[in-house]
Amino acid sequence: MLFKNHGIIERNSMILLVGILLVVSIGGIVQIAPLFRVEQTIEKVEGVRPYTPLELAGRGIYIREGCYSCHSQMIRPLRDEIERYGHYSLAAESMYDHPFQWGSKRTGPDLARVGARYSDAWHVQHLINPRSVVPESIMPPYAFLEGREIGIKDVVDKHIVAQVRVGVPYTQADIDNAKTDLMAQADPNADSEGLQARYGGKVNVRDFDGDPSKVTEMDALVAYLQVLGTMVDFKTYEPTKAENLR
Amino acid sequence: MSDKKPNDDITGVETTGHSWDGITELNNPLPRWWVLTFYACIAWAVVYWIAMPAWPTLSGHTKGLLGMSDRKQVDQEVAELVSSRAPQFAQLHATPIEMVSKNKELFQFAQESGRVAFAQNCSTCHGAGGQGAKGYPSLVDDVWLWDGSIQGIRSTLQTGIRSEHPEARFSQMPSYGRDKLLEPQQIADVTQYVLTLSRQPADAKAAARGAQVFASNCVACHGAEGKGDQTQGAPNLTDQEWIYGGTAQEITTQINLGRGGVMPTMSQRLDPATLDALAVYVHSLGGGT
Repeated sequence: MLFKNHGIIERNSMILLVGILLVVSIGGIVQIAPLFRVEQTIEKVEGVRPYTPLELAGRGIYIREGCYSCHSQMIRPLRDEIERYGHYSLAAESMYDHPFQWGSKRTGPDLARVGARYSDAWHVQHLINPRSVVPESIMPPYAFLEGREIGIKDVVDKHIVAQVRVGVPYTQADIDNAKTDLMAQADPNADSEGLQARYGGKVNVRDFDGDPSKVTEMDALVAYLQVLGTMVDFKTYEPTKAENLR
Repeated sequence: MSDKKPNDDITGVETTGHSWDGITELNNPLPRWWVLTFYACIAWAVVYWIAMPAWPTLSGHTKGLLGMSDRKQVDQEVAELVSSRAPQFAQLHATPIEMVSKNKELFQFAQESGRVAFAQNCSTCHGAGGQGAKGYPSLVDDVWLWDGSIQGIRSTLQTGIRSEHPEARFSQMPSYGRDKLLEPQQIADVTQYVLTLSRQPADAKAAARGAQVFASNCVACHGAEGKGDQTQGAPNLTDQEWIYGGTAQEITTQINLGRGGVMPTMSQRLDPATLDALAVYVHSLGGGT
């Protein structure tokens, strides 16, 4: 009996080592192996695209300011959450999020479908002074975002390249035009044809922060918030179709 | 290692036979209830693997005998919820909206559904009680920028204001200062005149000059008496209700920038019957004609 003879394993370090490797590798295979098949595990959903450079910059600010500590981006398939926030989140909707922003705590509301829910002006006012529109809010103000111009060089030279390295399919053309695309998205008078050719016609092209003179971190963050949860058209998507069930 | 372990002298309990510097380890068995619970859990895990989706495979995962799926389950729950409300929503949508208040039960249903939809979709801008905020109109008074009748509110909900809806209500006050349509002196004068419209103290001479500026720039929308025009969403300047504030400084800022807020179209997000309920609720807060 193994129970009686475990002394043999415990007294011979090589046997113990082999035993440990065996057990750990079983656990490892169960956890890690499915990730190699992630292409199959995540359903293909029409409409999901990589973030535009401006949205990516906004996402960087979202992470830098620690928004994820209080806001989740994950609507669970539960009735009350669907009633409040909208359609439950799909795996595909965060397939280009590295790292994902699902979060684990809701001090503030879930933001997975906050896009297109409020106007840009509301977002700007709310970020400058949350209490001016939501008196009961305990969110800290982020007024300084309005005055800070965006670190375009970082976004173009580093952020996009980093995303490519972890598997986001930005093309060489996307990278080459990143600066133009970033500026064009925040300026309704700019030529945004290239931007829309690369990221689709649904891309929001607006002066997000209401200050046309420069592209600020406020522009970027609002652009990011306004795209959250809006990529998939749930009028045509059928979540319970066999090929969409995983 | 011998099968027979020595008993501990003091407690009489069997020891494990391990001894470190004379310290020995008692071999107290786990309580029986604990061991049985543990085995039951293992057995339950096996049942669960078979019944529910569990193991990853190369091309997906095992589906389980019960065919359980979170998505199907929640779809069913949402469908039950929708169908439980469906008859009342259908009745609400079928009733002409101005007649809803005549049917007490239906009115109550519309009020309750409207209140919930308002909290979720409208309160972020218009405030929890519809009191509004600077830049966001109050809905609890009877001063309406656009049509404040119940059909008018329903229509605003449908199309939004300055939204992407093709039939959205639209108006645009020019940015007289930023776009240099008026000289700073003219803006200062017309500010004084606007103050007089709402019977606030103002510099009479400047106001007299401002009246000329008003007559040539503002009357087309705000009317000769400054009473506004609901068909173009031009606010009444003679009352005490202000969207962007009614002090001289705030009025000057507004003339400079010509701000106008965006009310999103709700027809993309909410179904028609919910919009009916919202219209009934909002009208009850402070609807006008």
